[in-house]
Amino acid sequence: MANKISINKLNFYYGEKLAIENLNLKIPANEIMSIIGPANSGITTLLRTMNRLCDLTPDVKIEGDVLLDGQSIFSEHSSVTELRRRVGIVFDVPTPLPMSIFDNVSYGPRLARKRNKKPLSEIVEKALTEAALWDEVKDRLKIPAMSLSGGQQQRLCLARVLALEPEVVLLDRPCSGLDPISTAKIEESLVELKKKFTIIISPHNTQQAARISDRVAFMLMGKLIEEGANIEVFSTPKDQRTNDYIRGRFG
Amino acid sequence: MNVNSRTAEKIAKGFIWVIALTVIAVLIFIIAFILYRGLSVINWEFLTSVPRRSGRIGGIASPIVGTLSVTVLAVMIAMPFGVGTAFYLAEYTRGGIVTRIIRFCTESLAGIPSIIYGLFGFIFFVDVLGLDWSILSGGLTVAIMILPTLIRTSEEAIRSVPKTYREVSYSLGGTKWQTIRKAVVPSAIRGISNGLILSVGRCVAETAALIMTAGDELVMPRSVMDSSRTMAVHFYTLVMEGLSERNAYGTAAVLIILVFLINVVANAMINRFVAKGR
Amino acid sequence: MKKKFWKKFRDRLSGRIFFILALSTISALVVITVFIFVSGMPLIAEVGLFSFIFGMNWSPSQGQFGILPMIVGTVSVTLGAALIGIPVGICCSIFMAEFAPAKMQVIFRPAIQLLAGIPSVVYGFWGMIFIVPAISSNLGGLGMSILAGSIILGIMILPTIISISEVSIIALPRHYKEGALALGMTHWQTILRVQLPAAKSGIVAGVILGIGRAVGETMVVIMVLGNAVAMPESILDSVRTLTTNIGLEMGYASGAHQQALFATGIVLFVIIMILNITAQYITRKKVKK
Repeated sequence: MANKISINKLNFYYGEKLAIENLNLKIPANEIMSIIGPANSGITTLLRTMNRLCDLTPDVKIEGDVLLDGQSIFSEHSSVTELRRRVGIVFDVPTPLPMSIFDNVSYGPRLARKRNKKPLSEIVEKALTEAALWDEVKDRLKIPAMSLSGGQQQRLCLARVLALEPEVVLLDRPCSGLDPISTAKIEESLVELKKKFTIIISPHNTQQAARISDRVAFMLMGKLIEEGANIEVFSTPKDQRTNDYIRGRFG
Repeated sequence: MNVNSRTAEKIAKGFIWVIALTVIAVLIFIIAFILYRGLSVINWEFLTSVPRRSGRIGGIASPIVGTLSVTVLAVMIAMPFGVGTAFYLAEYTRGGIVTRIIRFCTESLAGIPSIIYGLFGFIFFVDVLGLDWSILSGGLTVAIMILPTLIRTSEEAIRSVPKTYREVSYSLGGTKWQTIRKAVVPSAIRGISNGLILSVGRCVAETAALIMTAGDELVMPRSVMDSSRTMAVHFYTLVMEGLSERNAYGTAAVLIILVFLINVVANAMINRFVAKGR
Repeated sequence: MKKKFWKKFRDRLSGRIFFILALSTISALVVITVFIFVSGMPLIAEVGLFSFIFGMNWSPSQGQFGILPMIVGTVSVTLGAALIGIPVGICCSIFMAEFAPAKMQVIFRPAIQLLAGIPSVVYGFWGMIFIVPAISSNLGGLGMSILAGSIILGIMILPTIISISEVSIIALPRHYKEGALALGMTHWQTILRVQLPAAKSGIVAGVILGIGRAVGETMVVIMVLGNAVAMPESILDSVRTLTTNIGLEMGYASGAHQQALFATGIVLFVIIMILNITAQYITRKKVKK
């Protein structure tokens, strides 16, 4: 299967501090890739590099390359806004904008001005359905998004990304602090969504990684330690540190 | 803890309470005094008739119009510059020498006394640009005066917009301009309006700079090129030339009510801003 | 493709426009400085800087331009205002930051804002009606005096001092206060020995800006100082300040006289800028720390 994203010899610096060191990773299309590791392993940085959100942070330096469908995301010719439409991200805390549910979900499409295709209401309905939120909010799309519960807000954020019909969806510990029901709903939709998208998730615990992912990568202190199919990594890890981590010895 | 330090604490606390309450009392006294003497003067007639015989009799209609037009003009002129500068400082720059120079200039402008603005407005707008004593000269002068207030309050408002709003907007493929317009401005607009209202307050209260730039014509102004007194200038003239104590109190009362209303509106906006949270 | 170009162009353009708007504040300060100096410098060059600043006589009709009495006037009224305004202002900021119950804060804060918003002419008028007669009947003299000016300016600079000092006390990390209280200090000792020293630079900056306001205030001093151009001998004497000099005579001055008023403006401007820069320097040092 073709690799959707290839990361080649990536070094990432915040000022002088090295956050990601010589990282090589290939991410196949239409699978769920979990990137696990303790806090401060550089996972968030890695995810934010993949859609160049890291550009917003002052004083960062990037070496190496990230290819999306074989094209460098850093090349002069590629547009950052276009990239971010193709590679969406859901953050670790729900981040609704201070507007209605409808306006939140249609935010991306409105900016992209896809006049040609479907009307906004259809896009919104489809995205909310895919994020397993439609039934809960279909009668009150005009209410402020902030008034939803935390779990609903997070699904709204997922819907907001899906509304752009991206190719890759990044999720940075999307279920931390969520109730089990919302977590289950998000996991269900992810498994459904991988038919259409490539999904890269930093799960909030190893159980979640084991439940939903096809492939698992383990990162520690900015380095990729091990990467492989879900079952392999969890049952027969090659590296001692991976073993320690998934057995819960640290992190 | 010995007895001495506890007594000291009590005395100090009492002392500070007394001072704070005295300050409030003085403020209330000043306001109450002016209103007590002035409120009875205010009626429809007073507000709508033009001053006659240099203000000895008649109302304050033309100074009211003068105040309003200078204020509106000043705010309209200053707004794009003030808000634009705030956006530049908050969104487009990450420190550096230019930012530091701009900051230095804003803070310095904030400290310059109004009489200096008056001198400048007189020589530059009235004299060099040939605008004469006029509402326009006055408005331009006061516009520069309120610039620092506008910049500071707007910049604070923009900076208080959570970083996540910007990140979300960028992550959904927004350009910088779209992000500012759709994600930042709606959240900052209340704080920016609050700054505008505070600037209106400064315009209304200003005297020294306007005497020297807007002149002291009492006739109802017909255009921005006409000279006109503002209420504060009119009040000053009435008092200093001993023309009419009654009308002076009336004008002062109108001024104080106006300033009070401006403060109430500004605070209400801030409170709603805070209440909305995040 | 064209649309993409337009988007990028608009992004760049908006940045440029904001930058140009931001340059306006720089140009405003530059233009003000240039015009004040250009208009006043010829006279200083003619009279000589020394005899302008240290000259005792101000009588424009005879071509005498000495502003020493006014400098002394400004300094004395400002000192008086500072003596009243600083202690009261700091006490009020301690009150706001540490003692005031929530209910009092709801009254106090808007009140201080209102105090800042009231036109200075109204303060001046109140001074004419109350303070001046009170001084005259209790202490003698005309009442129009340094003392009267100091009292009213002292009140007027309160909002500046209070708001800046209060912010710098509140902004202190909580553990300063908690640590001191945990060591067994009383609340008052904590304020005096820990919080005030730690907030010192903010308070000093507030005080300097307050002093700047007193130096620059015009209308109030015209109304209550009596405006005599003479060296004061006591705080009950009438004086004229630099600002009053400009405010009173600008209306009818022309020629060399007008230039002399601009020259007075230069002196005032320089004093204010020194105060401004000092305050900014102190605040900046605090931020760095």
